Amino acid sequence: MKLWQKSLVAVALSAAALAQAAEVNVYSGRQEELIKPMLDKFSQETGIKVNLITGKPDELISRMQSEGRNSPADLLISTDVGRLYRAETQGLLQAVDSKVLTEAIPASLRHPEQQWFGLTMRARPVMYVPGKIKPEQLSTVEDLADPKWKGKICIRSSDNIYNQSMVAALIAQLGEEKTQAWANGFVKNFAQPPKGGDRDQIKAAAAGVCDIAIANTYYLGGMFDEAGDKAAAEAVKVFWPNQQDRGAHINISGAGVAKYAPNKTEAVKLLEYMVKPEAQSWYAEVNHEYPVVQGVKWSQRLESFGQFKADQLQLSTLGELNAKAITVMDKAGWK
Amino acid sequence: MTSPLFSRTVTVFALLLAVPVLVVLGSLFSPQPELWAHLFDTVLADYVTNSLLLALGVAVLSAGIGTLTAWTVARYQFVGRSVVQWLLLLPMAIPAYIMAYSYTGLLDFAGPVQSQLRLWFGWSYGDYYFPEIRSLPGAILMLSLVLYPYVYMLARTAFRQQSGSLLEASRTLGLTPRQHFWKVALPVARPAILTGAALAMMEALADYGTVQYFGVTTFTTGIFRTWFGMGNQLGAAQLSALLCSFVLLLLYLEQWSRRKLKFYQQGQKQQEPTRQPLTGVAGVTLLLLCLLPVLLGFVLPALQLLGWASDRLDQLWSPGFIQLLINSFSLAALTAVVTASLALSFAYAKRLSGHWSLALPVRIASMGYALPGTVIAIGVMLPLAALDNSIDVWAEQQFGIRTGLLLSGTLVALVLAYTVRFMAVALHSVEAGLMQITPSMDNAARSLGESPVGVLKRVHLPLLRASVLSALLLVFVDVLKELPATLLLRPFNFNTLSVRTYELASDERLADAALPALAIVLIGLIPVILLSRALDNSNRGAT
Repeated sequence: MKLWQKSLVAVALSAAALAQAAEVNVYSGRQEELIKPMLDKFSQETGIKVNLITGKPDELISRMQSEGRNSPADLLISTDVGRLYRAETQGLLQAVDSKVLTEAIPASLRHPEQQWFGLTMRARPVMYVPGKIKPEQLSTVEDLADPKWKGKICIRSSDNIYNQSMVAALIAQLGEEKTQAWANGFVKNFAQPPKGGDRDQIKAAAAGVCDIAIANTYYLGGMFDEAGDKAAAEAVKVFWPNQQDRGAHINISGAGVAKYAPNKTEAVKLLEYMVKPEAQSWYAEVNHEYPVVQGVKWSQRLESFGQFKADQLQLSTLGELNAKAITVMDKAGWK
Repeated sequence: MTSPLFSRTVTVFALLLAVPVLVVLGSLFSPQPELWAHLFDTVLADYVTNSLLLALGVAVLSAGIGTLTAWTVARYQFVGRSVVQWLLLLPMAIPAYIMAYSYTGLLDFAGPVQSQLRLWFGWSYGDYYFPEIRSLPGAILMLSLVLYPYVYMLARTAFRQQSGSLLEASRTLGLTPRQHFWKVALPVARPAILTGAALAMMEALADYGTVQYFGVTTFTTGIFRTWFGMGNQLGAAQLSALLCSFVLLLLYLEQWSRRKLKFYQQGQKQQEPTRQPLTGVAGVTLLLLCLLPVLLGFVLPALQLLGWASDRLDQLWSPGFIQLLINSFSLAALTAVVTASLALSFAYAKRLSGHWSLALPVRIASMGYALPGTVIAIGVMLPLAALDNSIDVWAEQQFGIRTGLLLSGTLVALVLAYTVRFMAVALHSVEAGLMQITPSMDNAARSLGESPVGVLKRVHLPLLRASVLSALLLVFVDVLKELPATLLLRPFNFNTLSVRTYELASDERLADAALPALAIVLIGLIPVILLSRALDNSNRGAT
C-alpha cells in the first residue's frame, strides 16, 4: 500500500471510530410517538445519542437478517413476545449479563438465557356491557366457547398478533386438540365477522352489536383520552378472566441486544434505563401499559381497570406456538 | 440497430430493476408442501376468489367512472368544466387505507350517519338494514374511488388527442354522437383506458391496508399472515410469486386482445376538436355528474380528516412536522424524475428494437406494481445487502478494511425500491402515449437525417409531453402515499408523512393520524394542479 492509500485508510478508520463514540442504534417495532420521548430523555441524561428506525417488528428482523454481520442495529424493540422469540431463534440476538435487568424483571417475562427482556405488560381481558351482562356470568376464556354466548362476542381478525398469542397461550395450557374444539365453538359465538381493530370491537359493544368485546386494555385506555371515543369507552367494563386458575392472558413489549451490535455497552445501558421506575411509569401514563417491575405505581386509569392475576406462562412459549395457533384459527374459520 | 450503446445501457438498467421481482419468483424453487397443503385445505380458495373479485370489481368500476368523466370533460363545454377537470384528479392524493378509515368512521354503526338515522327514526340495533362498508363491495368502492383517476387521466389525454377530423369523419358517415362514442372514440381510446384499468387492478391486488381493515381475506393478507404469523418468509414469497404470475397472465391477455388494434394519430392535430356546448339543465347535470366522484372520493374523506385533525392543527408548524413535509416532498419529486426518465428510455428502446432481451426484463420489472410493497421492498433489500456484504468481505480480504453497508439503509436503496415499485405506472403512461405516434413519423425523421435519440428529442418528446407529465404526476403521488418500502428501507432518524400517518393509524389513533394524512393530501394537490395546468397549456399549444 502506498503512503497516500495508508493515510486515507487511517483517516477513514479514525472517522469511523469517532462516529461510533457514544451512540446506540435502535430498531424499534414500537412506534416513534411511544418511544422517542423516552429515548430523548435517555440521551439527555447519559449523553449517548440514539439513532432510531421504527417499523413492523418482522420487517426489522428481516432487515437485521439481511444486513448480517454489518448490521448497525444494537437494540431490537418489539411490541410482542412472538417476534422476540423469532429474532432469538434466528440467531439475531445475544445474551446480556446484567444484574439490574434480571433483578428488576420477573423470570417469566424474560428469556431464560437473557436474550430478550420484557419491558411492559399488555393485558387482553374480557370487556362487557354492564346492563346486559352481569360479571357473575363471566368466568374463563374457555367458557366463551359455550353456546350460551351465541351472537354475543366481538373480536378482531385472526390476522392480529394479540389474538394469535392468546390462542397460542391456550394451546400451551389446554393442548392443541382442546384448543381446536374451543376455537370452533368460540367462532360460532361471534356477533359479526371480525373486522376493524380493537377499538372497533369496544365501539361495537357500546353500540349494541355485541355484549362482550375482547381487546387490549391500552386501547380502552386510549379511548378515554379522546373526545370522540370516550362515550364508547365508558359503556364497557373490564372483566379479568381465569382469576380462579392460571390468570389472565398477557403479552409483553420487550427488547433484545443484537448479535452484531457495534455498541453493546450503550445498548445495555439503554435497556437498564428502560426498567427504571420513571421509565416504567411513563409507559403507563402515556400508553396505559402495565409496568413489568414490581412496586412501580400504576396510572389512575390502570388502577380503574382493577388489579388482576396474570398468567405465569413462560412467554417464549407463545412464540413457539404462534404458527400452530394460526392453523387452529384457520381451521375454525376465524377470518 | 444504429444505437447499440443506448440499447445496451437501457437493457442493463432494465435487468437491474427486474432483480427484485426475480428474487420473489425465485422462491418458487424451494417447495413448501406442508404449508401449501394447509392453505389449500383452509383459506386458499377464499384468497383466490376474493382477490379476483376485488381486482375485477375495481377494474370495471374505475374504468367506468374514469371513462365517463374523461369523455364528458373532453367533449362537452359546460359550466365549471375547467375547474372540474382537475378536481377529478384529487381523489388519487388520498391513500386507500385512509379512505377506508374515514368511511368507516362515517358509516359505521357508531358513526354520525347511522346515529343520526337512529335518532330520527327511533331505531336501535337490528331494526334496520344498513349496507356494511367493511365488506368486499365496500373495499371495491373505496379502492375504485381513489384509483379511477388513473383511467381518467389517461383516457382524457387519449380523447383529447383524437383529432377533430375523426369526429367529422363519423359525422359525414352518418353516425350519431352516441354511435361515434361507441364505435370510434372508445375503440381508439381503448389502449389508454385498459392501461388505466390495468394499473388500478394491479394496485388493488397489492393493497393491504384496506382489505386488512375491512376483514376481507385476499392474497395480500394471506402473504402477511404466512410471513408474520407463521414466520414463513419463503411461503409468503411463493404466494407473492403466484400473485405475480396471475398479473402477468392478465397483462398478456390484455395485450393479446388488442394485438390487431393499432391506432395512430396523424401527427399534429389539424384542429382542436370542438367541445359541444351544453347550457341550462343539461350543463348543470353534467357538472353534478362529474362532481359526484370528487365528492365521494375527496370531499367527504377530507372533511372527516379535517374534523379529526381540527384541534391539532397547531402541530402543523412544529419543526418536526416541517421536516416530514420536506422529506416526503423531495423523495417523491426525485423518484418521479428518475422513474419517468427510465420509463421513457425503456419505452423508446423497446420501440426501436422490440427485441425480447429488452422487452422481457422491462415487463418483469414493471410487475413490481402488483406485488405488496413490503414484498418488493424485501426483493430490493436482499440483493442490496448481499452486494454490500460481499464488497465488505472482499475489501477485508484485499485491503484489511471493512466497508460495512454501502448502499443498504441509505436513500439510494429507498429510491431504487420506489423505482421498481412504480415503474409500471410511468411505463404504461409513456407507452400509451408512444403507441399513438405512427412509426412513419420516426421513419420520416430518420430519413431526414435525425439520429434515434434526435427523433426522441425533437419528434416524440413534444408529442409525448402530456404522457410524460402524467407519468411524473402519478409516480409523485404514489411515492408520497407509499408506505411499506419506506418503512422497511429508510435510514436512521428519517421519517415521512406516510410513515407518521401509518404509525398513528395502526395504533388506532385516527384523530392523531388525520393531520399527517391531510398533509399528504395537500402536498399531493400541488403537482395535480400544476401539472393539469401544464397539460392544458400543452394542449392549447398544439393547436
